[in-house]
Amino acid sequence: MTYDVILDGKHYRLELSRAEDRWSCRLDGREVEVDAALARPDVLSLRLGNQAFEVKCERVGSDLHLWVGSARFAAEVRDPRSLRGRSRAADAVGVKKLTAPMPGKIVRVLVTPGAEIEAGEGVLVVEAMKMQNEIKSPKKGTIQKILVEEGAAVNAGDVLAIVE
Amino acid sequence: MFKKILIANRGEIAVRVIRACHEMGIAAVAVYSDVDRASLHVRKADEAYPIGAPAATESYLNIPKILDVIERSGAEAVHPGYGFLSENAKFARACSEAGVKFIGPTAAAMDAMGSKTRARQAMERAGIPFVPGTSRGLESLEQAEQVAARIGYPIMLKAAAGGGGKGMRLVNSAADLKSALEGARSEAERSFGDSEVYVEKAILNPRHIEMQVLADEHGNTVYLGERECSLQRRHQKVVEEAPSPIVDAGMRQRMGEVAVRVAQAAGYTNAGTVEFLVDQQKNFYFLEMNTRLQVEHPVTELVTGLDLVHLQIRIAAGERLPFTQEHVSIRGHAIECRIYAEDPDNNYFPSPGKITLLLAPSGPGIRRDSGMYEGWTVPMDYDPLLAKLIGYGTDREQAISRLTRALNEYFVGGIKTNISLFRRILCHPDFRAAKLDTGFLDRVLKQSGDPVDSRPNQEVIEVAVVAAGMFAALGPAAAGPGERPDSNVSSTDSKTPSKWKGSARSEALQ
Repeated sequence: MTYDVILDGKHYRLELSRAEDRWSCRLDGREVEVDAALARPDVLSLRLGNQAFEVKCERVGSDLHLWVGSARFAAEVRDPRSLRGRSRAADAVGVKKLTAPMPGKIVRVLVTPGAEIEAGEGVLVVEAMKMQNEIKSPKKGTIQKILVEEGAAVNAGDVLAIVE
Repeated sequence: MFKKILIANRGEIAVRVIRACHEMGIAAVAVYSDVDRASLHVRKADEAYPIGAPAATESYLNIPKILDVIERSGAEAVHPGYGFLSENAKFARACSEAGVKFIGPTAAAMDAMGSKTRARQAMERAGIPFVPGTSRGLESLEQAEQVAARIGYPIMLKAAAGGGGKGMRLVNSAADLKSALEGARSEAERSFGDSEVYVEKAILNPRHIEMQVLADEHGNTVYLGERECSLQRRHQKVVEEAPSPIVDAGMRQRMGEVAVRVAQAAGYTNAGTVEFLVDQQKNFYFLEMNTRLQVEHPVTELVTGLDLVHLQIRIAAGERLPFTQEHVSIRGHAIECRIYAEDPDNNYFPSPGKITLLLAPSGPGIRRDSGMYEGWTVPMDYDPLLAKLIGYGTDREQAISRLTRALNEYFVGGIKTNISLFRRILCHPDFRAAKLDTGFLDRVLKQSGDPVDSRPNQEVIEVAVVAAGMFAALGPAAAGPGERPDSNVSSTDSKTPSKWKGSARSEALQ
């Protein structure tokens, strides 16, 4: 299997195959000795050579968050073959929806549709449990849509804005 | 001895008290609000009664409802835990009137210590050293100005009726006094329904050291050693340890004897804690008394070898203390971290949600008092304390290394926790050198970034890339639960829509 892995914004090409009990792995063309056992669906025991690692994964929306020890990474794994000739799907994969983490009220909208935005930049401010929470953009891109106004009440999971 | 005890609380402390009951062969009765039906304490109890809507005032603070369950269950005693009704004299009185034993001090002792100003007056009469200031609420701005001029700036304005930082203002000069007084009064009114405010001299960068006391109902009172609680954020304790690194045997005895006099002056029985502020010259001043079992009691249990909840129950049942002061000794060192459902990247905003993965530490010298479990949805209606992780060792260094090791093993997936904060604290040179004061944590938090993970090295990045591929390769189930309904999916997910829809639907039902 070949994968296009995007880790914290950088692209890597990963080729993985298994013959009997042995894995072969090429990372950006370079041979890497690996061995893996899933302890549970979200916990992986990975050996690179004889170095052992415990990797945890969490699904956060459409992203995969990986933890290697206490280092955290955001990852996306794509099968490059399924993207061939489907450029619209490729664009759609890049679109991110910002959702409300809990019920609250929109106290401030910080950007306008069409604005360019950096990863980690604030998009809106939600107030809940007497504290204000700034909702940040997960990626660098453009504000496609703002779906709420200042003063609106929102529920957990409501889509607040779309970044492309 | 009681045959049945009702625990008027929830979360990790309810579990801890239920465990003590079971160890003593006593039936444990739990109460739960609607949102706590699947909580751990309900499963561990012998009987469980619903007490209504999530809001604390409708449930855990609702005295008539709790009394009703006590009656229906036939509980002979009630343990209030900490917070909620634990320092509520009205509840203690109501229990007494209902013929049910309240496991804690009497309502009169709570009243004596519950108002900070009345407590200070009692200390004055008993000749206990306390932070210079007023023992009565301020009557006017003029009086405040006079007192401040007499004791000298900086001063601290504090609410008589409560703590947790509410109704508190640090005032550096006379020019700031008027607005600070107005602010403190209105905040105190809003938080406690009582605008009474008093003045204390502000001790700069004090250490917060508290002494555990225990008194039976036969006139025997002992002290069980101190706890250092200087690591605080917004006046909430975050890390506690026993013994205090700056308290030697002589100072422990002096502080302990003062604490016992404080407890006796209040007519105190059962477990309580006397809090002191300690200045840079190691002078200690009475701050207040907490008339309940505290969150951080495990560190005292580990260094004394005593079980405080067992002792609370036995004292309430009328037994004499099974030991005297001479038998109390401090051995080893214990450090506790409070694990909260909070987002460290977002100013520690509460982070409720479903715990999708829990890898909890254990092993030598590790104690974990927890109310969470994998698959549990943390409710947003209460204080987000999930668990306490305590490291114990023969000395402070070993306690630190065990606790650090345990924190590295601890993983909570699906929600945000403050676990990363403790890694930063424990490896900080000032923490290791025991250079602690109440300003420590604010200073550490101002330093940007997490030194432990700031720049992951190339090898770790490679591991993450390969792992990402492995999770995808080892099957659709490998990508884990937690997909939100209607969110965008990457191309790997498009191969397995039904599994995600299924988990998304079950998520939407919660």
